Amino acid sequence: MIEVQNLTKHYGPVTAIRDVSFSVTPGEIVGFLGPNGAGKSTTMRILSCFMPASGGTARVAGYDVFRDSMEVRKRIGYLPESVPLYNEMRVAPYLDFVAEVKGVGRRERRRRVADAMDRCLIADVQNRLIGTLSKGYRQRVGLAQAIVSDPHVLILDEPTIGLDPRQIAEIRALIKSLAGEHTVILSTHILPEVSMVCNSVVIINKGTIVAQGPIDLLVEQFFPSSRVEVELAKSDPAVREAMRGIPGVVAVTELSSDGGGGRYVVESARARDVRAEIFQLAADKRWSLRELRRVGMTLEEVFMRVVAGEEPAGAEAAPAAVTETEAEKTP
Amino acid sequence: MRVWPIFKKEIRIFFTSAVAYVILAIFLLVMGWFFSQIFQYYAQATVRAGMSPMMGQQDLNTTDGILRPLFSNIAVILLLSLMPLLTMRLFAEERRSGTIELLLTYPVRDGAVLLGKYLASLAFYGILLALTLLYPLMLFYMGARVEWGAVLTGYVGLLLMGSAFLAVGLFASSLTENQIVAAVTTFGILLMFWVLGWGADAAGGAWWGKVLQHLSITEHFESFGKGVFETKDVIYYVNFTILALFLTLRSLEARRWKG
Repeated sequence: MIEVQNLTKHYGPVTAIRDVSFSVTPGEIVGFLGPNGAGKSTTMRILSCFMPASGGTARVAGYDVFRDSMEVRKRIGYLPESVPLYNEMRVAPYLDFVAEVKGVGRRERRRRVADAMDRCLIADVQNRLIGTLSKGYRQRVGLAQAIVSDPHVLILDEPTIGLDPRQIAEIRALIKSLAGEHTVILSTHILPEVSMVCNSVVIINKGTIVAQGPIDLLVEQFFPSSRVEVELAKSDPAVREAMRGIPGVVAVTELSSDGGGGRYVVESARARDVRAEIFQLAADKRWSLRELRRVGMTLEEVFMRVVAGEEPAGAEAAPAAVTETEAEKTP
Repeated sequence: MRVWPIFKKEIRIFFTSAVAYVILAIFLLVMGWFFSQIFQYYAQATVRAGMSPMMGQQDLNTTDGILRPLFSNIAVILLLSLMPLLTMRLFAEERRSGTIELLLTYPVRDGAVLLGKYLASLAFYGILLALTLLYPLMLFYMGARVEWGAVLTGYVGLLLMGSAFLAVGLFASSLTENQIVAAVTTFGILLMFWVLGWGADAAGGAWWGKVLQHLSITEHFESFGKGVFETKDVIYYVNFTILALFLTLRSLEARRWKG
């Protein structure tokens, strides 16, 4: 549905993106990940036909964004990062304007506008001036604007930025519900959002793509082993040797520990779950076990590794804040 | 070409924001004042003319005495001072608020966006002009002899001149994201064309005096005010409009490449 090849964009002497290539299959939700200023918005602006690329090609629904721009534009819904809306217009007339400009016929328009307002939960503010709406409502009006013409492809630049947790959950649910009939490409720098909403990711850093693919495959590729973290009440030199002896274990490392206990990371072949064996071992040796858990081979760690170049172990502290908000939203 | 939805949107925004009402109110206030002053002056002049046998009655008529001065006043206050305010928002505000990013990714050509905005401002200007029809009608009902032919050419002249001014305003608005800058630029360009003709007098018969005279905006309006319909004047305003709109289109395009 979307094919991007060697896309490059220069702003004067600055290169925003360089040789970006990826593709999105129909019905998929793709997360476009990257730190601020990585080139996410630039790529999306090119895909949405707002500005031409300096080099390379991008095709949406089989049409080139530069040569068949009008055909592409008929098939996309776009929500820019800043959610630009006409403050002097009321919600329903605004959506009607967007639908009309996108070529939706008069009869069809009423239904589509009502439907978009229902889906984005903005029917209650349909007669308000957009300028008087709160950030959350504006965001949803922006999203309604993108889906009102029922486009094949949705290009959403940071659709949940600036919303409260409940609104974020609602918008995510809405985006998820769009999968299948629509192809969605959404950019974000909130990692849990990607794991929750998207089928696959494209990670971009400093203008080039550093990793892409389905999330689980990506995790597997970056972390071929599975890891278990063990905490014992006492640190004991014999522990490492004993755990090395469990079949399938490839490495055991001791972590620094607070409070006198011993903390270890046990790495094993990916398919192997060694937790039961560790428990058995601890029971046999009469070690008192404080904690035993699999540590996430998560997208966060992949991201940290490819973007910040940090080692996964050291990166754990960084995304803690986002993980916390995630827990809030998914009880 | 989906000009119509853009046109409707702009008209809607004119009237939901205060701009339209403020311009209407101020325009009508100033026009009313001008009319009453010119009317009084004319009334006194007729009385004096009636008492003095030196002045021929045939020199006085309402078209020359009231409507022509009124039209040239419309030209000055309306076109020069209110037009920049009417057009300054059209592109500058879209750019400032970022809505241009959505507008230019909808399946409409830049030309259609431009035309929609231009026609919307022209329509609003048409409404302003139509409201001034009140004055000739008033004179007519008071029993004055109104030369409708001259009134008609006067209006055609104002409409043509206004359309050129609006096109300049759109161009200035497309250059910046600051409405004040857009308005001041428009005002500057228009004022320059307005006073260009003055240089022609100083030049005497020199060739460049003729050029200046031909470029001057006021020069081409005079014949309309006299009730004469000159093709060269119509062509001047139409060309002026087309050139300004063309430049606006190029400016939009250039902005796209710059990103």
